Amino acid sequence: MTPIHEPLSEDAASRLVQVASLSKSPFVIRGGGTRSLHGTPDGADVLSARGLNGIVAYNPAEMTMTARAGTPLEVVEAALAEKRQMLAFEPNDLRGVLGSSGIPTIGGVFATNASGPRRLTAGAARDSLLGVRFVNGKGEIVKAGGRVMKNVTGLDLVKLLAGSHGSLALLTEVTFRLLPVPETSATIVVSDLNDAEAAAAMATAMSLPVEVSGAAHLPESVRGRFIGGALPPGAATVLRLEGLSASVTVRSEKLVSAMGRFGAVSRLEAEGTKRLWREIRDAAPYADGTPRPLWRVSVAPIAGQQLVAALRLETGVDAFYDWQGGLVWLRMESDPEAALLRRYVKAVGGGHATLLRARPEVLAATQAFQPQTEAILALQSRVKASFDPSGLFKSPMLGWEG
Amino acid sequence: MDQIGFLEPRTSVLSRRREIVADLVDLLPEGCLVHEPRELVPFETDAFVSYRRLPLAVALPETTQQVAAVLKYCHRYGVPVVPRGAGTSLSGGAIPQEDAVVVGLSKMSRILDVDFANRTATVQAGVTNLAISEAVSADGYFYAPDPSSQLACTIGGNIGMNSGGAHCLKYGVTTNNLLGVKLVLVDGTILDLGGKALDAGGLDLLGVICGGEGQLGIVTEATVRLIARPEGARPVLFGFDSSEEAGACVADVIAAGIIPVAIEFMDKPAIEICEAFAHAGYPMDVEALLIVEVEGSEAEMEAMLASIIAIAGRHGVKVVKESQSATEAALIWKGRKSAFGATGRIADYICMDGTVPLGQLPAVLRGTAEIVEKYGLRVANVFHAGDGNMHPLILFNANDPEDAAKAEAAGNEILKLCVDVGGCLTGEHGVGIEKRDLMRHQYSDADLAQQMAVRAAFDAQWLLNPSKVFPLEGRPA
Repeated sequence: MTPIHEPLSEDAASRLVQVASLSKSPFVIRGGGTRSLHGTPDGADVLSARGLNGIVAYNPAEMTMTARAGTPLEVVEAALAEKRQMLAFEPNDLRGVLGSSGIPTIGGVFATNASGPRRLTAGAARDSLLGVRFVNGKGEIVKAGGRVMKNVTGLDLVKLLAGSHGSLALLTEVTFRLLPVPETSATIVVSDLNDAEAAAAMATAMSLPVEVSGAAHLPESVRGRFIGGALPPGAATVLRLEGLSASVTVRSEKLVSAMGRFGAVSRLEAEGTKRLWREIRDAAPYADGTPRPLWRVSVAPIAGQQLVAALRLETGVDAFYDWQGGLVWLRMESDPEAALLRRYVKAVGGGHATLLRARPEVLAATQAFQPQTEAILALQSRVKASFDPSGLFKSPMLGWEG
Repeated sequence: MDQIGFLEPRTSVLSRRREIVADLVDLLPEGCLVHEPRELVPFETDAFVSYRRLPLAVALPETTQQVAAVLKYCHRYGVPVVPRGAGTSLSGGAIPQEDAVVVGLSKMSRILDVDFANRTATVQAGVTNLAISEAVSADGYFYAPDPSSQLACTIGGNIGMNSGGAHCLKYGVTTNNLLGVKLVLVDGTILDLGGKALDAGGLDLLGVICGGEGQLGIVTEATVRLIARPEGARPVLFGFDSSEEAGACVADVIAAGIIPVAIEFMDKPAIEICEAFAHAGYPMDVEALLIVEVEGSEAEMEAMLASIIAIAGRHGVKVVKESQSATEAALIWKGRKSAFGATGRIADYICMDGTVPLGQLPAVLRGTAEIVEKYGLRVANVFHAGDGNMHPLILFNANDPEDAAKAEAAGNEILKLCVDVGGCLTGEHGVGIEKRDLMRHQYSDADLAQQMAVRAAFDAQWLLNPSKVFPLEGRPA
């Protein structure tokens, strides 16, 4: 068993890292351990943030919250729900698709920049993160950012920490902005479009002044696995509207009339909408209990279906699309086909692909994160060293490098 | 007023001036290097005009490769480089120094690609902020961040300072609307970061480049997010008997879960100055004014306005005035956006830029008034209230050194107050040289050391914009 260190305070974490930095004993940083199937490399202990628990400050009137990094996401969301507020970026829960257990933490959400459907219009986790406290690889306690919406005081280290997958520092505390929960929501469903038609329909929807807050395409192969099969037959292209009831009604009428030329249009009310977009967020159709390779691919919105069409000619894939087509959840039949996929990602204009799931031996043998150019790699290593000069924090994102 | 220090010019560079100029002339096409002292004058300062330094030379490259060639040369010979967009920085971010080559991006002003299906525009760094919105306006789109200087300021400068604007309350600032850049590192390496995909892999280098104040590299191209323009937008004026009531109204609107596109605040002195300049129809018998802009369809705007009017009513709103036409709406914004220029017509001023938590707005307004009064000066407040980003304009007489020193001292006290109530020194103007020596008030030594270590990861010799952001004392050797 890999030893697990679970400091109960920021100071304790700082001391622990200071000691480890002297003996150069490496760590893998972990929150709830729900977002990664990567194990730990030989010789590395786990440094867990779970002991850093609790909401530090919640000011609903200012729409900000500060919480210790190990605070369970569900505790944060429950507190927000009481005041009818929410995290704008809809953090996902990957336990279903990864078959992982444990409790997702708020620190883990930001450390992996875990963003759901509303990322398309409301920004990613990194856009909601206002401030952080962290322990760097020297064991120093550092703060960056703050608790106000606009802040350009010094370098924006907050962005660097968001999505750093434990490669730079142990997050100990995060401050983030909130949004009011919309009064109501509805989903406009356009049925039976092929992937290319859906891309055109979604681009049209996003060009209208109706503030679509989610645009996804669920091909026929997955459609039946959403909301208990209640979506109309054929592929479903789904467009979410949120806001004041009166406004959603007006915008919904406009959107319905604009989408009519693409296909049959129906409407899903608030309850169904809530469930549908939660399932899209969590890639529910691929919570299939299998270790079949699952990729999360980010490309330009219009390029998503081009990527899948190209792959289909060469290998067995199943896919659905979020972010107007720009986020592709891609399940391979057997082999992850990493080289093929990366070649086509590049061919459709670039982006990145992350292998989330595969058999352990396959995962260990595959470069799960997007490879970078030499020049960017060199810069990344210098940035890494500026936080963690002795390479204490090992992260699969940087290939476990020191 | 000349208290903020610059780094001592490197004599090794000054003594080689002629040689450096000759080499740069060779590196660049004809007409792309400015070096005659008289011609350097326009580059000696930016919109923070109290400080000025003549640069060694000004390079005005036409391509990314030329930017790379200049940086590679300067890196090799240890010549400092100060990047420059349109020179509209309010914090001195683009002020050069005697041993520095200014790299101005003004010749790189082409829009390279507009992609409506993906809702992106890719532009060269010298394109002005407003030019992006103008280029896509006919197709129903706009680029959201809108600094008051948007007619002149460039997207490269916006990225350098992570610029904001009045409409950021809903749409975010530059960093939230930036998808990718072409970046030239100090040694001339050219990198492509991000692109049309919403997220890039690896560390979020783009996130730290934005707001890097020209210390991490020079951005030559940018891919930004376009947004479908709302059906309609309407600014509405709310007049109050006191700044406190107006401030409390803002906090309550946000707390009620209503997020208009913009909530701008003006106190009486600011109203008088702006009205005299723009004739925007601002009410003159109130102590404080909010410009609240709602957008969407007619029905949506009505619904949102009704809620806001109800809240304002609870705070004793005295005047509610809706704009009745597009011309009136434009005038309301013209008055607001010309606030700094209009103030400049009646007095010299320095503009602060601290951001405070919304609940602290009334207290900080009170504190600001007390500080300024203590120094025997006057203040006009005009700012982005919805996100707590305050802009007190401290009026003084620049010909009176004592007055100028008082203004600077009052400004520093106000910024410290902003930090002390949980805010920050600068919300959108950047640190530049102006707030550099206050950084220790907001950050601990460890905080600053970490930022400086990241800076050094990009520029180990501190050649890029070296006199800015970080206090001159206590830098790594």
